[in-house]
Amino acid sequence: MGYYLTRKAMDSFLERLREDHIVYAPKRFDGGGRFSDTDCVRHGEIQTSDEIETDEKSDFSFKEILTPVSETLFYFTENEVRESEGPQKAALVFLRSCDLHAVRRLDEMYLNNGRPDPYYARLRDKIRFALIGCDQSCENGFCVDMGTNRSDNYDISIDPADDGFYIDCRNLEWDGLLGSLAEKELPVEPSFVTENEVRVQIPEDLDARVMNSSMWEEYEGRCINCGRCNFVCPTCSCFSMQDLFYTENGKACERRRVWSSCMVDGFADVAGGGTYRRKNGERMRFKTLHKVLDFKQRAGYQMCVGCGRCDDICPEYISFSGCINKLGDAMQEVTHED
Amino acid sequence: MSNNNPLQPIPCEILNVKKESTHEWTFRVASDADVDHGQFMQLSIPKVGEVPISVSGQGDGWLDFTIRSVGKVTNVIFEKEAGDTLFLRGPYGHGWPVDEFKGKHLVVITGGTGLAPVRSMVNLCADNPKTVKDLTLISGFKNEDGIVFQNELDKWKEHDHFSTTYALDNDEKEGWSTGLVTTFVKDIPFDTFGDDYAVVVVGPPIMMKFTGLELLKNGVPEEKIWMSFERKMSCAIGKCGHCRIDETYVCLDGPVFPYTKARYLVD
Repeated sequence: MGYYLTRKAMDSFLERLREDHIVYAPKRFDGGGRFSDTDCVRHGEIQTSDEIETDEKSDFSFKEILTPVSETLFYFTENEVRESEGPQKAALVFLRSCDLHAVRRLDEMYLNNGRPDPYYARLRDKIRFALIGCDQSCENGFCVDMGTNRSDNYDISIDPADDGFYIDCRNLEWDGLLGSLAEKELPVEPSFVTENEVRVQIPEDLDARVMNSSMWEEYEGRCINCGRCNFVCPTCSCFSMQDLFYTENGKACERRRVWSSCMVDGFADVAGGGTYRRKNGERMRFKTLHKVLDFKQRAGYQMCVGCGRCDDICPEYISFSGCINKLGDAMQEVTHED
Repeated sequence: MSNNNPLQPIPCEILNVKKESTHEWTFRVASDADVDHGQFMQLSIPKVGEVPISVSGQGDGWLDFTIRSVGKVTNVIFEKEAGDTLFLRGPYGHGWPVDEFKGKHLVVITGGTGLAPVRSMVNLCADNPKTVKDLTLISGFKNEDGIVFQNELDKWKEHDHFSTTYALDNDEKEGWSTGLVTTFVKDIPFDTFGDDYAVVVVGPPIMMKFTGLELLKNGVPEEKIWMSFERKMSCAIGKCGHCRIDETYVCLDGPVFPYTKARYLVD
């Protein structure tokens, strides 16, 4: 059902929800940006609707809510192993259409690729999603070409208007509450981007031969393997295990998993000092082809959701959409050599 | 979820430590895990970390892991002795397609500790002579100090249906050959095998690469060759991303691959 809620009514809705939910939304952290006098927009817990940043794209994605940067899996005491406790409270996460599509990719990795991951599953089961409508394209985004500009698998959608919000509710449990708070009931469809300034074209015939193209050499000099692109990407999900101990006698410790990056040194190290993909160009190739080729071969659809955050964050101004658009010529190059 | 948690390790007692060489020891650990030949497990020491290690032998209530002390975790494992605890989870991945090898001429070519992931399968063929028609084993080691499973190498040599070539890369040793394993590929009597054979190759990446090419040069079709891969892993259940090569996950789809696939995997 669709509703119009005043800001005050929306706050009452959030207040009711917060009784048994943590509400996360993109919010503005004043002065927290990368450059002096700039802000950072990222997800954090909110109390009221005015904290939700509905205009600007968040610098980081929602993913740290589902896959924490550092997550304790086990506690060890001598020979005893105890599993960490899961979340007690449910959560509502405000995000955009590209990010909601990224949730499907994370589900694919954590629930379908091999056995389901119990830590992800226990968080995922408790999370509901609120879609923030996009009435215009963000800078660097290419969601339309990636097919992620529209979503309908949300619990509610919100579009700010005047001093309130248009809301489409697909969660029957919340319909009654929203209906009772609404100023009016009306059909609502969240706004969607229909056109991006950035366009990408993934070649139809793209295959693994493109690895042999000379296009990757460019990134050997430009990329500084900082890994920021991995950390802002809503679909990057790699992690490493990390053990640490914290008692004087060293007998109690925990095993955590922490975010990991295929662009950074050490990702592919093997015993005895060996490593794969020493060059940054090779790492760029590995990441790019996962996003637009390898993942699709396993899951049947593309991994990249076109949010453009990797372009926003890169200190070397490397454009991922630009890289995708070079794949056509690269395929030409390698197929003509054959 | 404890019992179903695929990341949860179980404390297991070390029964015995056998020093194969200076840097390669075999740890026999109490475990009832049901392991296929060629599968691997995650071994860990809380506080230090976790590593994937292939199972090099198995029996009633025990598993063998032949480990090289070349890293943070394995160095600490080397401080352990019988009676101490190792944490285990697994087994993971796909092992050797033993059913497919049954009744055929089997060729096994190994480099260094690459002998570990095939050891239990070779022992199966040794103990049950009807498993394969015959077994050609070429095992190469860097030098005398790198030799592992010396007792078994001696034992296998005596089996009628085994034909063995043991070699050191550069050094001379009585009864042994000298040279890289690739140099002995041309001596394998493939022409007498007809169509009825399979080749298993395990060792360092460079050794597998050139042995594969040498086999092709000797007329072995790629669909008859099998290899086992080794990669960094944090989860072994297809999540952490470290062992991914293209669309392939070594932990889920491997570590054993047919050469038809292994040949085209580019890291």
